[in-house]
Amino acid sequence: MTPTTTETLRSRAGGLKLWLERYPFLPALIIVVALLALNGAFSPNSLSYRSLTGLLSTYMALIMLAIAQTYVVSAGDIDLSAGATLSLVNVAIVVLMEKWGGGAGAVVGAMLSGILLGLICGVINGIVVATLRLQAIVATFATSIFFTGIALYVMPVAGTPAPALFWRTYGGRLLGLPFVFYVLAALALLLFLLSRTRLVTQLLAVGDDQQAAYQTGLPVVLVRVKGYALCGLFSALAAFCLTGDTASGDPLVGGKMTLYSVAAVVLGGSALAGGWTTVVGSLLGALTIGLVNSLVFFMGTPSEWQNFVQGLAILLVLMAGVLAGRRARA
Amino acid sequence: MNVAISFLKKPLVIALLLIVALLYLGESLSPGFASADQILRLLIVASLLGIVAAGQNVVILGGREGIDLSVGGVVSLSAIIAGNVMNGADGGILPAILACLAAGAFFGLLNGLGVTLLRIPPLVMTLGMLGVLQGLLVVIRNGIPSGRAAPGLSAFVTQPLVLGIPGIIWLWIAIGLFMAFMLNRTVFGHRIYAIGSNEHAAYMAGVPVRRMRIGLFMISGMFAAIAGLCLLGYSGSSFANVGEQYMLSSIIAVVFGGTSLAGGKGGYTGTMAGALLLVILQGILTTVNIDESGRQMVFGATLLLLMLFYGRGRAMRA
Repeated sequence: MTPTTTETLRSRAGGLKLWLERYPFLPALIIVVALLALNGAFSPNSLSYRSLTGLLSTYMALIMLAIAQTYVVSAGDIDLSAGATLSLVNVAIVVLMEKWGGGAGAVVGAMLSGILLGLICGVINGIVVATLRLQAIVATFATSIFFTGIALYVMPVAGTPAPALFWRTYGGRLLGLPFVFYVLAALALLLFLLSRTRLVTQLLAVGDDQQAAYQTGLPVVLVRVKGYALCGLFSALAAFCLTGDTASGDPLVGGKMTLYSVAAVVLGGSALAGGWTTVVGSLLGALTIGLVNSLVFFMGTPSEWQNFVQGLAILLVLMAGVLAGRRARA
Repeated sequence: MNVAISFLKKPLVIALLLIVALLYLGESLSPGFASADQILRLLIVASLLGIVAAGQNVVILGGREGIDLSVGGVVSLSAIIAGNVMNGADGGILPAILACLAAGAFFGLLNGLGVTLLRIPPLVMTLGMLGVLQGLLVVIRNGIPSGRAAPGLSAFVTQPLVLGIPGIIWLWIAIGLFMAFMLNRTVFGHRIYAIGSNEHAAYMAGVPVRRMRIGLFMISGMFAAIAGLCLLGYSGSSFANVGEQYMLSSIIAVVFGGTSLAGGKGGYTGTMAGALLLVILQGILTTVNIDESGRQMVFGATLLLLMLFYGRGRAMRA
C-alpha cells in the first residue's frame, strides 16, 4: 500500500481509529483508569500514594515478565518458560548474594550474573524454537521443566532470605521518592531506547509475515533467537523486582506467573499471532491484573469467592482486550 | 528401502519403538519395571492422560490455533463434582457421570462460543476459562466437604475387570476405536480435517464451521470430565487441583502422537502411543534414585530430545 492511500483510508475511517492505530494501548489504559476509579469508589484509601506505591512494587515483577513475553509474541512466538526463568534467576541471585557476603559488591555481582543467566535461558529457548524448529508452545514448556530442575538444584526448598541491603533498597526511598519509581523510570527509558532499535522492527516484521521477512533478506532465525534473548533479559529483570518484593528465594515462584504474563500481553491489546504488539499495553495489562485482584478484595467479596470473581473479571477484560485490539487493527 | 524409511518415520511407529526402548531401559535400570503388573499400572495412568488428550486432539485437529488450556480445570472440577454426587455410594455413579458430562459440555460450550462468535483466539479463551474454573474449585471446596469415590468406580479403575485388565483400560481402548471410527469413517470426522487444513475452503464447501468448532470444544470438555471422574476413582478422593498436570502434558501427548499443532493433520492412535510414552518416561524417572531437581532436568531435556524425532517445522526457503 502506498502512503497516499493509507492517508485517505485513515481520514475516512475517522479519528478514533487513527488514535487506536497510533496508541494501541488506549483500550488498556481506559480499563486501568476505570479500575482505578472503581478501586477508589470502594475504598478511597486504595488510591493513596502509599497503596499505589505498594501495588506497583508488588506487580513490577509481572510488568517486567509481561514485557518479556511481548518481545517473543512480536515475532509470533510464545515463551512458556518465562516464569521458570524468573524462578531460576531469583534463586540464583539469592544464593550468590549470600555466598558473596551480602554487601554492595555482592549485590551488583549477583545481578550481573542474573542478567547473564536470563540471557542464556533466552538463547537456549531461541535455539530450541528457531534453530531446531520445534513448536514453541511445547518446546518452551519442556525447557521450563528443565529450568525448574536447575532452580531446584540451586535451592531445593524455598525460604533462603535475600540480604537486607537488596530488599531495603527496593522497598525503600531514594531522594524522597519510592525506589520503585526509579525502576519504572529506568524501565520507561529502556523501552524507549529499545523501540528505536532495528531489532524490535525486525521482530514485528517476522511476526507479521515470516516468509515475507525471509524474502526481504532478514535473518529470520537469528531475529527470533534475539527475541527470546530479550525475553530472557526481561525475565531476569522481573526476577530482581520479585526478589526485592518477597525478599527471599523460591524455586517455584514463577511457575504460576507465566500464564499471567501471556494474559497481560493480550489484555494490553497485542495480537498473540504476532506482528502487532505494544509493550506499554503489556505494562498496563499487568497492572490490570493487579487492579482486578485488589478491586475484588476491596469490594468485600467473601474470601472463598475471590478467586472466582478474579478469574471471571480477567476473562471478561481478556475478551474486551482482544475485541478492542482487533478493532484497532481492522 | 524408501518404503522402510517412510515406515520408520511414521509418528506412531516412532512412538512405539521409543516405548519399547524405554521399557527396556526401565527394566535394566530397575528389574521388575517391565513386569506385567507394572505395565498394567502404567497403562492405567496413561489411560487417564490419554482420555484428556482425546479431547485435546480433536480441538488441535480442528485448526485455527486450536488448543484447550482449560482441560486441567475441567478434570479437577469433574473430580470434585463426581465425589460429591456419588459420595461413596455405588448408586450415585450414574448421576455423577451425567453431572460431570454436563459440566464438561457446558464449559466446552462457553469456550466454543468465545472462540467462534467473539473470535477470541483459543489460547486466550481457554486460558481465561482456566482462571474461572480454578476460582470455581475454591468456591466449591469451601462450601461442601470433598466427597469420596464409590467402591464400584474405584474397582473399575484399579481392579481387573475382564481378562485381568482393569475397566478403565478397556474404556480407553473403546475410546481409541471410537475416535478412529469417528475421524476416519464419519462425515463429522472428515469435516474436522477439512476445517483444520483450510477453514475457508471448508466453509465454501458447506461445512458448518462454527457449529463444528463449538462441538469440538464440547467434546474436549466432556473427555476431560470423564478423565476427572476416573481420576477420582484412581485416587479415592479429590484434592486441590488434581487436574492441573494434564493441561500441558495432554498437548505433549498429542504432539508425540504426530498431530501437528497447526491442525488438519494427525490422528488419535498416535496420541495414545504418545500418552503411554510420556507416562513410561515419568515412570522411569520416579523409579530411578535421583532427587527432584535431577528428575526435572532429565525430564525436560528428554522431552526436547524426543520432540526432535517428530514434526519439526520447515526451514525457510525463498
